Amino acid sequence: MKKRLLELAHARSGDKGDTANVGLIAKHPKYYPLLVKQVTAARVARHFKGMITGKVERFELPNLRALNFLLHGALDGGGTISLKTDAQGKVFSTALLRMEIEVPK
Amino acid sequence: MRSPVRIAAGQGFWGDWLEAPYRQVTGGPVDYLMMDYLAEVTMSILQKQKSRDPSLGYAKDFLPLMERMLPVLAERRIKVTANAGGVNPRACAAAVAEGARRLGLQSKLKIGVVSGDDLLDRLNGLIGRGHDLRNLDTGRPLRDVRDRVVSANAYLGAWPVVEALRRGADVVITGRVTDTGLTLAPLIHAFDWRADAWDLLAAGTVAGHIIECGAQASGGNCLVDWQSIPDLANVGYPIVEASADGTFDIVKHPRTGGRISVPGVTEQLVYEMGDPREYITPDCVADFTTIDLAQVGKDRVRVSGVKGKPATDKLKVSVAYFYGYKAVGTLVYAWPDALQKAEAADRILRERLKGLGLAFEAIHTEFLGVDATHGRLGREAVDSATLPEVQLRIGVRAREQAPVERFTRELAPLILNGPPSVTGFAGGRPKPEEIVAYWPALIDKQVVKPMVEVVEV
Repeated sequence: MKKRLLELAHARSGDKGDTANVGLIAKHPKYYPLLVKQVTAARVARHFKGMITGKVERFELPNLRALNFLLHGALDGGGTISLKTDAQGKVFSTALLRMEIEVPK
Repeated sequence: MRSPVRIAAGQGFWGDWLEAPYRQVTGGPVDYLMMDYLAEVTMSILQKQKSRDPSLGYAKDFLPLMERMLPVLAERRIKVTANAGGVNPRACAAAVAEGARRLGLQSKLKIGVVSGDDLLDRLNGLIGRGHDLRNLDTGRPLRDVRDRVVSANAYLGAWPVVEALRRGADVVITGRVTDTGLTLAPLIHAFDWRADAWDLLAAGTVAGHIIECGAQASGGNCLVDWQSIPDLANVGYPIVEASADGTFDIVKHPRTGGRISVPGVTEQLVYEMGDPREYITPDCVADFTTIDLAQVGKDRVRVSGVKGKPATDKLKVSVAYFYGYKAVGTLVYAWPDALQKAEAADRILRERLKGLGLAFEAIHTEFLGVDATHGRLGREAVDSATLPEVQLRIGVRAREQAPVERFTRELAPLILNGPPSVTGFAGGRPKPEEIVAYWPALIDKQVVKPMVEVVEV
């Protein structure tokens, strides 16, 4: 069955220049492999299509049951240049939690 | 076996809760108070203040805060590390010393000053000797914007702060020392960690990363189970309780609000993270994939297992340069058809700006309540027919001031000559703002010479 990431994970994000990072953390160890398998860099790039201009990188932190995504070109230049409300990508993380993935019953 | 060392976080940024540091030094035993003031934009603001008045250029609200705390710090022998010195750490230290004398703390207090991070006056020489200071994002050499540079600071690490502590400083005031270095330095000092003890230095760096944003590690801005986090009004800022082997606990004072939990600390660990295997600081390269977290008590998370690698031979340099101008204005549209009205206003405004022949580098529109934070994903989730109101927020950016200035006069007319049911313009015309942009670069470590002074009050 499909579940929103909001039910399976929590997240925090920040910025580095024009790049937003999203750390996605499994709420339970059993969810981590699902995140690794389904929340790929390509899937995240599709999720944010039209919202970021650069590529998406993904890093795994099995010790923290977390994935870290770098979303390049996400912040309209970032920092002081950006005209966005979320110029520092503080809540980009919550937008990722809208994604749905397949969870075994 | 040496007893644990307790380092309390007092400020996570310039503008953080003024009560937090005082509560940290009075709410229970601590050995050090760490206060982080500097963000990327802060240095350019401080440099501007210094260029107007050479006695300024540091975080001014550090002074009343220190005056309030100094008697407690002296009595309880709590030491302070703070990068409140900004681009003028000496002036900041002199002002703190003056406050200490007013409090009758003569000869009871030593102040350490760490400088040498400021490269502004050395830029031409450095560029001339082949240091290109290429932008880490774009690859362009700094000479392209040299004439517009406002400030330039290398990120110093923990070691100059360690030296100040070794020479007896009670309060160490620094320029651009890394956030993590302010926590790592007391640990190196207290436990005599060696300069090549990479795992220990990495552990201290991770400790610094966890507490550098203050309450973000103790329940503030914490998404997981946020509604059940108790008493944020009285939130306890995080404290590192470290052992000589590099293992440490994150705790907070008793009878304070907030929460220290594994999920909460994990959120802070991934904040502003790049490649987790290579968290690069001037002191070491920490591997965040080696961190073990365990809940070992209520509001107590143990951090262990951290591995590190040797530091690189570069330092990061943060250059601020004048970029251009921007302005952002807003109008609020009410139901019915709130979103459609706001969208119509946006179209009309853009058409008028185009008609005026104004050249902008960017025009950016958001509809708050619809797409400002989640973009297209937010819009897809909203039933626009029922929205009671939508805020149109439109911003422009240009290299010249004139088009931005003209834009600020185009919003108010829409109230009477645009779509209906509009309000919320009480604040008046938006003001054009100067943009000082950030230029990240690297420089060879050997050309940056940190300076340490320790003076008695």
